[in-house]
Order: sequence, then C-alpha cells, then structure tokens
Amino acid sequence: MISHTTRNRIAYAIFLLTIVISGYFLENLYYLQVLTFIGINTLLALALNMLMGYAGQISLGHAAFYGIGAYGTAILTVHCGFSPWLALPAAVAAAMLVAYVVGIPTLKLSGYYLGMGTLGFGMIVNILFREWSSVTGGASGFIGIPTLELGPVSFASGRNYFYLVWGCVLVGFIACQRIIDSRIGRALRAIHDGENAAAAVGVDTQKLKLQIFVLSAAISALAGFLYAHLVYFISPGTFSFIASIRMVTMVVIGGMASIWGALLGASLLTLLPEWLHAFSEFEMVVYGLILMVVMIFLPRGLTRGLLDIYERTVKKSTR
Amino acid sequence: MNAPLKKAHAEPPLLDIQGVSKAFGGVQALADITFALSTGSVTGLIGPNGAGKTTLFNLISGIFAPDNGRIRFDGTSIKKIKPHKLVEKGIARTFQNVELFESMTVLENVLVGQHTRTRCGMWGSILHLPGVMAEERKAREVAMELLDFVGLSDHAATQSGDLPFGWQRLLEIARALAARPKLLLLDEPAAGLNIVETLQLGDLISKIKSKGITVLLVEHDMSLTMEISDWIVVLDQGKKIAEGTPRTVQTDETVIAAYLGTGSKKEKEGEPLKAED
Amino acid sequence: MQEILQYLFSGITNGAIYAVIAIGFSMLYSSTELINFAHGEFVMLGALCMVTFFGAFHLPLISAIVLSVVCIAVCGLVFERLAIRTVRHPEPIVLIIITVGASIFLRGIGMIIWGKDAHTIASFSSHPPLDIAGAKLLSQSVWIIAILLATIVGLQLFYKKTLTGKAMEANAISKRAAWIVGIPSRLMVMLAFGLSTAMGGLAGVIIAPITMSSYDMGTMLGLKGFCAAMLGGLGSLWGALLGGFLLGILESFGVGFVSSGLKDATAFLLLLFILYVKPGGIISTASVKRF
Repeated sequence: MISHTTRNRIAYAIFLLTIVISGYFLENLYYLQVLTFIGINTLLALALNMLMGYAGQISLGHAAFYGIGAYGTAILTVHCGFSPWLALPAAVAAAMLVAYVVGIPTLKLSGYYLGMGTLGFGMIVNILFREWSSVTGGASGFIGIPTLELGPVSFASGRNYFYLVWGCVLVGFIACQRIIDSRIGRALRAIHDGENAAAAVGVDTQKLKLQIFVLSAAISALAGFLYAHLVYFISPGTFSFIASIRMVTMVVIGGMASIWGALLGASLLTLLPEWLHAFSEFEMVVYGLILMVVMIFLPRGLTRGLLDIYERTVKKSTR
Repeated sequence: MNAPLKKAHAEPPLLDIQGVSKAFGGVQALADITFALSTGSVTGLIGPNGAGKTTLFNLISGIFAPDNGRIRFDGTSIKKIKPHKLVEKGIARTFQNVELFESMTVLENVLVGQHTRTRCGMWGSILHLPGVMAEERKAREVAMELLDFVGLSDHAATQSGDLPFGWQRLLEIARALAARPKLLLLDEPAAGLNIVETLQLGDLISKIKSKGITVLLVEHDMSLTMEISDWIVVLDQGKKIAEGTPRTVQTDETVIAAYLGTGSKKEKEGEPLKAED
Repeated sequence: MQEILQYLFSGITNGAIYAVIAIGFSMLYSSTELINFAHGEFVMLGALCMVTFFGAFHLPLISAIVLSVVCIAVCGLVFERLAIRTVRHPEPIVLIIITVGASIFLRGIGMIIWGKDAHTIASFSSHPPLDIAGAKLLSQSVWIIAILLATIVGLQLFYKKTLTGKAMEANAISKRAAWIVGIPSRLMVMLAFGLSTAMGGLAGVIIAPITMSSYDMGTMLGLKGFCAAMLGGLGSLWGALLGGFLLGILESFGVGFVSSGLKDATAFLLLLFILYVKPGGIISTASVKRF
C-alpha cells in the first residue's frame, strides 16, 4: 500500500507536469486566460476552504480580503508609485492585519452570529471601496494598474501570467497540504469536530482560529493582487457580497476539507458561465440552486458526497 | 455523620479544593466543597444524579470559574487559567458522552492529544524544518505506545467514529493520556460499557495509577468505583456529605440515606451500595 | 430644529420598516432557533409583488396588500417544505449556506421576473405631506407607522388570545414540553415560517412607494432588519421595535450630519458592535446556559 505522503507527492508531481505541459502547448490566448482565471479562483477557494472546510468557521465576507489585495496593489502602484513586487507584500500584510484586528472579536462568535458578523464586515469593506472615491475610484472603478515585470520577463503575455498564477496555486497547495498534515492541521480539524473537546486536549482554539483566518486572508489577498495585475481594472462589484457567496459556492461544490476540491469547485464555477451562453441572467439562480441542493443532499460537498455514495454502492455490491 | 478519616499527607496534595461554591441562576449546584487529592491516588466522586459532580469537573478543568472558594493544582491556583492552559499544566479529562474527533483516525486523535507536548507551528509545518519532522516521528511513536497501552494499536488507521462504543472510551482515555497529565479526570468512564468492558476499564485505571498519574473519577458503577478507588468523596445536592476509604463510606449512614432516601433503615454493614440509574 | 425634525421623521419611517423586518427574524428565531439569511429577499419579493398588483394591475389598495402578503407567505411555506425540512444535518453552517443559497436564488428569480430596472409606485393615498413645525411628514410615512401599529396589535392578539398563538408561544419556550401536551411542533414551525415571511412581505409592501424597488434591494434590507433584531434582542417583539427605530433614527442622523455614504455602513457598524459587545441585545432574552 502506498503511504499518504507518497501518494501526495505523486499527485503534486502530476499536477506540476500538467501545468507545464498545458502552458507549453496551449496557443489559444482565450483558453490561457480562462485557465488563469481558474487559477485565481482556485487560490480563493483554497483560502476559504482552510477556514470553512478544515476549521469549520464560516465566512460570508471573504471577498473583502480579495478586494484588499487588489485595491492594495492598485493604490500602492498607481498612487504611491511602488513597484508591484513591493506592493504585493504590503497588500498581503494589510489584509493580514485587517484579518487579525477583525478576527479577534469576530471569531469569538459561532454559527449564525459568525455568519452575520463576517457578512457585515464584507459589506463595510465593500462600501468603503465604493464610497472612498478619492482613493479607490469609487463605483466606476480603478483603472491603469500596471503590468507585472520581472527584469526582462514581462507578465503581459497570457502564457507567462498563466505560469505565475499556477505557480502560486502549486505553492499554495503544498503549503496548505503540509499545514493540514501537521500538528496545526490536526488541531484545526479537532476544532471543526468539537470545539469543547479540542480545548479539553489543550488546543488554544481562539488563537488557532485567528491564525487560520489570517492565513486565509493572506491567500485571498494574493489572489486579489494577481487579479488586479491581470485585468488592469478593478471595481467594487468584483468584491461584493455575491463574490463572497461565489467563494462559498466553490468550496461547497468542491467539497469541504479537500485541497483538490478547491481546484474542482473553482474550475466548475469559472467554466459554467463560459459554457452557458445566456448564463449571466441565470447566474444567481444557478448558484442558489447549487448551494441549496448540494447542502440538502450532500452536506459534505459534491466530491465527498459522490465518493460516499460510490463507496456505499460498492460495499453493497460486494456483500 | 462519621468524622472523615484524615489521611496523613507527606507532601502537599496535587489538587486542593477549598470551600468551592457555584450557582447557576438561582440553583446552587455546589456549596462549600472541600477536599484534596494526594499524588498518585485514585479518588472516586460519587453521588446521586444532580449532586453536582459534573459541575465540579467543569470547575476543575477550567470551563467555569467557582463563585467562591479556591482550587489549587500542583501548588498554584487555577483561577482564571483557560482550559487549554490547564491541560499544559497537567490536567486532562474525558467526557461523559465520549467526545472524539470523529472525522479523524484513531491515531490522529491521540496525536491531537499531544498538542500541548509538541511545538511545531504554522511556519514549521509549511517549511518542513528538520526539527518538525523529528518531532512528528516521535509523536507518532508515542501515540502508538499509548494505543498499545489501551489495546487499540491494531486499529490505528480506523476512523474514530467507526469504533464500537467501548473502544471509543478507551481511545478517549488514550487521547487524554497523550497530554502527559499529572491528574486525569474521568467523567463516568463506565457508562454504556458492558460487564467485560467495565472490568477491563478497571484494569486500565489501575495501570494508569501505577504510572503515577492521579485519577479523579465520577462513576455510577459502584462496584467498579469501590474496587479501584483509594478514597471516595460523596456529594449530594451540591454538598459534600462524606469522604473516606471505600469501606467507611459504604457504611456511612448519611451516604446510605442520600442514596436510599431519608428515613430508611441502615443497610446491612459492608453490603455494597447500588446507585440508582 | 426643523432639519432635526425632518431627519427624525425619515428615521422613524425607515425604523418602522426595519422593525417589521426584524419582527420576522425574531419570530422565526424564537420558534426554530434558525436565522433565515434569505429573509431580506422576501421583502424584495413583497415590494415587487406590490409593484405588479398595485402599480401595474391597479388592484384596490387593500386587496393588493393582502394578495402580496399572502403570495410571500406561500413562498415562505414552500421554501420551508422544500429546503429546510428536507435537511438531514440541521447544523448552523449547513442552514446558513442553504438560506444564503435561497437568498441568491430568489434574487435571481426576482431579476428574471421583474428585470434589472428599479420600479416605483404611487403612495397608498394621495394626501399632501403634513407640515409639522416646518418639517414635512409624507402621507406614506403615516401609512407605514399605522400599519406597523396594526401589525403589533394583531400579533399581540394572536399570541395572547388565540389557541394557535398560545401554542406557538409554548412551542417557542419548550419544544419538548409543547410536544408532550400535544402541540404539533412541525405545524408550529411551518406557521412560524409563514408568519415570518409574511412579515417580510409586508415590509416590502409598505416600503414600495417610498423607494426604488428592484431585485437587489433585499440583501441590504434583510441585513438591516437583522441588525435591528440583534440590537433590540433577538427573539423579542419589543426588542425588534426598539432596535428598528433606533437603527432608523441613527442612520438618518448619520446621513444628515456626517455623510450620505455612511448610510449603509451605519447598520453594519452597529451590527458588529452589538455582536461583539452585547450579543443578547438591549432587551436580553438569553439566560445563563448550563452544560
């Protein structure tokens, strides 16, 4: 039998290979662009999955951190003349700081109150993006975000940006996988299964929830940074309540507490609108239905739920 | 009431409870409770339903703070120390209705139990620092030893939620032991176990005691409690009504009255008590 | 002075609407301990139904109101039957996601039926605004406050005088005890859902003439109603009233004296504040929990 670690190594090797090959052979800029968006959404789904899937803490305002990453780099590069590579750590640090300050009181809440608290937080940040127009450009958005360049390499072309984003995804995956398989990850899952019992074995639940909230905010802000420099233009609508819900949907579809589920959820939710032509009209109806149906029938998420059903039928047929 | 036998303490007690009271709303759950646990002993905490045993457990493990009185553990007051910090100080517990981490394997449950005895943080785990890997290996060895100790080493990879109930209890004890406690609090460890399992549990508690760990247990199974305990504390309606060796407690009239209702005749001496429920 | 009075009037008007929404939240919470994240969307549907029945079909006022509210109550019952009762693991996180899903779903439905444009309808009556010390009080404001008062009286009568109302209250206090004396708790939950969403619909009906009704108005109103319910104390009728007016007036003064951009932020800042500082609300109904 292959051990858990070996299996993971093989999976990541295959993943890396797939990225390199598809980046190398894909010529169509449209496909590269779509894949790049999938990568950014995968980062978002991964970020929220660490918090929601593993630690069991819901956030209905996570688009705020995505937005802080995007607006952070936009403001720093355009208004302050920072290099994007300096703006990146600054924007991520800003998101982490906000997460830390907001997280201390918010993560003391649980259940519905936590949902409402994070929702309210997300709304306030979105209002800030929209109303603080002297800095953020207000409702009409922020234009002129510069292209990423690293020495002679320009990330303007679809292929380079594709590699950049998927490189981040790969690093993010490995980092999160390692956290999950470690002492910290076990403690997180313990909080998910039972907060009282976790405290009774000596887990500092408040501190750990805060840590994972901050980590999750950092990954979301990274995604925001990548998004801003990909499209050069950002507006508050991208980071609204609906965006937060889209993140939750990605996690729910992909499966809570599943690293690869993040990839699946992000892919499906990026591709669905591309596939269904007149989708924009029905986007919300479809999201809403997906969320309800999956949660009613497969509360562990689509991948886990389907696997469970498969295992059950296999067990039955072998009996 | 018989004067409780005073034990001569060569060293200060591991747990010293002095005049502790706790009320919820208007209900006085505990009133002026005083007793002490000497290092290395097994103490049984008994009493009819609603006597305040679980409340006392929650006070000792830091979930609630007492309204009055003080609790000292290992020479220091536990006032205002959060539950997870108390685990680090050496108090581990199990729950009345087994609370395992059901989505995790048996081995992982015991690994979480070692949380306070391992150090690896967020960065250490991401970067796979050498010390981290060594610590992880060591933690797994310790976990396997503990599973061996409770007799579950063959089931390390099983999902803990899939274990039969009796084994879940054993696993919960292994998880608590993983924190290397000085004091182990067992909340009705025999509830839901059959006769054979209860006997095995008795052996396990004796083994734990022989490792030098002090045990405080709440238990309804009188024959088990009387057999393995060195000292018995009896609560009734939030008050301590007696303490002593199992033998003296069993013949104590106040205790018998509390269990059988006031006014009843004294039972034949030496006959073990049966708790209702 | 005149300015302050004007802000006060608009605060009271909005406050009354928040109060009606908050009553819906509280009612459901006290019966089921569930917070319906889709509640605001029923407000939106109520307003848009009113736009159709009163604005487009020109039905008489009373029948338009009743028809709208009944439609929304039926929607609520269908929602309860299809999406809430079927849940296998009714944990908060699952129910949050389901009701959030319902919220997005209903929003989408609203957009498909009524389009993306905002709609307006005429006031319930065409009286000119009242002039009180120089400040103007719209006739619709009077309607809104009158309807709120009528609703409260109606609810009080229902809870205190009718057997069904008493059964609901009993069920809210202790499901088990209510079950033992033979109160069908499933029916009570359904009733609570129907009444709660009807309250949402009613809020939509009365707000329709003084706002631009569109498919995306619900989330914000729902959140504000929740904020009001939390402010006063979730599960309490009087708390909902108090919270609603408090929020409405604070918001109105915030817009008047600080900045209009602050309008929506007020509610959320208040919400976060109350969640952090006193989750029981001003009229705290939470008792000490023992475990």
